[in-house]
Amino acid sequence: MTISPSITSPERRPIRLVGLLPWLFAAAVVGYAMVVGGYAATVVSFALIYAVFVTGLNLFMGFAAQVSFGQNAFAAIGGYMSAVLTASHGWGPLPAMVLGIAAAVLAAAIVGFPALRLKGHYLAMGTLAIGLITYEITVEWQSVTQGYMGISGIPPFGIGPWEVTSDRGQLVLLSLVVAACTFAAGRIRRSRFGRALSAVAGSEEAATALGIAVARYKLVAFLLSAGFAALAGSLFVHIVGYVSPEVFGLHMVIVTFTMLYVGGIGTVAGPLVGALIVSLLPETFRAFKDYQDLAYGAALILLLIYAPRGLASLFAPRGRS
Amino acid sequence: MSFAVAAKTQARVASPMAGVTPPILAATGLSARYGHIHALHGVDLRIGEGELVAVLGPNGAGKSTLLRAIMGLSANSGEVRFRDEVLPRHDAVAVAARGLVLVPEGRGLFAPMSVSDNLELGAYRLRDKAEFNRRRERVLTLFPRLKERLGQAAGSMSGGEQQMLALGRALMAGPKLLLLDEPSLGLAPRVTGEILETLGLLNREGLAIVLVEQKAPLALELASRVYLLSLGRIVAELDPRDITSHDDLAQHYFA
Repeated sequence: MTISPSITSPERRPIRLVGLLPWLFAAAVVGYAMVVGGYAATVVSFALIYAVFVTGLNLFMGFAAQVSFGQNAFAAIGGYMSAVLTASHGWGPLPAMVLGIAAAVLAAAIVGFPALRLKGHYLAMGTLAIGLITYEITVEWQSVTQGYMGISGIPPFGIGPWEVTSDRGQLVLLSLVVAACTFAAGRIRRSRFGRALSAVAGSEEAATALGIAVARYKLVAFLLSAGFAALAGSLFVHIVGYVSPEVFGLHMVIVTFTMLYVGGIGTVAGPLVGALIVSLLPETFRAFKDYQDLAYGAALILLLIYAPRGLASLFAPRGRS
Repeated sequence: MSFAVAAKTQARVASPMAGVTPPILAATGLSARYGHIHALHGVDLRIGEGELVAVLGPNGAGKSTLLRAIMGLSANSGEVRFRDEVLPRHDAVAVAARGLVLVPEGRGLFAPMSVSDNLELGAYRLRDKAEFNRRRERVLTLFPRLKERLGQAAGSMSGGEQQMLALGRALMAGPKLLLLDEPSLGLAPRVTGEILETLGLLNREGLAIVLVEQKAPLALELASRVYLLSLGRIVAELDPRDITSHDDLAQHYFA
C-alpha cells in the first residue's frame, strides 16, 4: 500500500470560509441526530467514538506518515480496563478511563520501542501482530475478560452523581470529547512537535540530518495515538454497556482505515468527516436492501476516485493540500 | 589502481596537507556497509577549518556513502573527529547537533510543505527567534528567488530552485561544516554555476564545505583540495591547480 498523507502547511493562516465546511457538515449531522434521537443518535454516537479513535490514528499515520494496523489493541486495553474496573470492581468510570488510557500508553511504549525500528510494510505487519495478540488475550484470559461471553452491566459514563444515560446526553458528551480531541490535533499540527512530525513524514533521513530526533517523535506520536484509541475504547464500553473481543477485532482496523482515507489522511478535519461519512453511508443505502453493501462499496470507490486525498482535502487551500 | 598511477599521484602532490589550517574534520579508517556489501573501505580524510574540499569520483564510488557515514546515517565504523572531539558513529542527531549539516542526495526536501516551512525546519534546533530571523534574512538575500516562492510547495519548484532551498534549509541550521551531495545533479549549467558561486561566497566567509561531485570541472574551480574516490577507497589527493586537463583526471577515474 502507499501512504501519501496530505501535509498541509502547519502555519497559522486566516480561516477561510470554505475551510469551515467540514465542521459545518459535522455540526449539522450531530444536530440532526440530536433532534431526531433514537436510532440516528446511536449511529452518530458510534461515529463520534470512531472519530476519537481515527483522530489518534491520524496523528501517527497522517502527521507522521507511519503505519499501524494494531491500534485496536489500545482501544481494547482502554475498553476492557474500563469494563473490568467499573463492572467487576465498582470503580467510577472516570478513574477507570484514566487508568485504561495510562495502561494503553504504557503498552504502546513497551511495544513501540522495538516495533518502531521497523519501517513501511514491516511496521504494518508488526503492529498487526500487536492487535491479533491483544485479541487472543481478550478471548483467552477468561478470569478477567470472560472470553467470548464478554462483560455486561457496564455503567454509563458519569462523574460522581452525574450519569449520562440519555441518547442526547451521550451525544453532547461525545461531541465535547470529539471537539477537544480535534482541537488538540489542530494544536499539535501547528506546534513545534507537529512540524517535526511533518518533517518525519517528508523524509526521515533529511529530518535526522537536520537534528530532528526522528525515533523519539515517532514514538511520541505512537503513544498519543494509543491514548486516543484507549479513550475511544473506554467511551465505547460505557455507551454500549457491554464489551466482547469482537468489538476491538480486525473489523475495527478496516473500518477506521476506511474512515481515515475517506475523510482525508493528514488533515485535521478528516478523521471526523470520515468517521461520520463511513458510519452514515451504509444507513443511507438501507433502501437498497440486499444491494446495500454493493452500493456502499461503490460509493467508497467513487469517493476515492474523486477525492483521492479524502473529503477534507477538498476544502484545504488550493495548491497546499 | 595500478602502482604506476599511485606513484604518479605521489609525485605530483607534494605533501598536500602542508600549510593547511588545522582540521575541522578528520576521519580515520572510516568504513561503511549496506547489509553485507562494503561500500567504503577505511577512508582517511581531513578537512581544514574554512576549507572547501571536493570529493570526486564516478558513479558508485561511494561518495554519498562517505557523507552519510560522516553524519552517522549509515552503518559505519572508524573514527571521525570534529574539532578534536570524537563524533558518535550511530547517532546522526547528535552529529547534527555539533553543526555538521548534510544536504543529501536528491536534496531531501519536504516536498509537500511550503518553502517557508522547509526553511523553518532547517532551524528546528534553534530556539532563538532573533537568530532565526537573522538566518532567514540571510538565506533570502542569498537566494532572492526563494523569497518570491515562500508560500509555494517545495516539490512544485524547478530543480534549481529546489537545490537553492535545500542549501538554504541547510544554512538555516547554522552549519559549521556543510556536506553537499552532488548539488549540480540534474541542473542546467547556468543554475549550477549560480549555486557554486554562492558556495564560493559562503566558503570565503569561512564556512568549511565538503562538496561531492561527479562533474569535476565545476568543483575544481572552488576546491582547495580534491579527493578522488573510487570503489570505496580514496585513490588520490590532489591540488586542483595541478589538474590541467580532463585527461589528467580521467586517468585517475579509470585507473
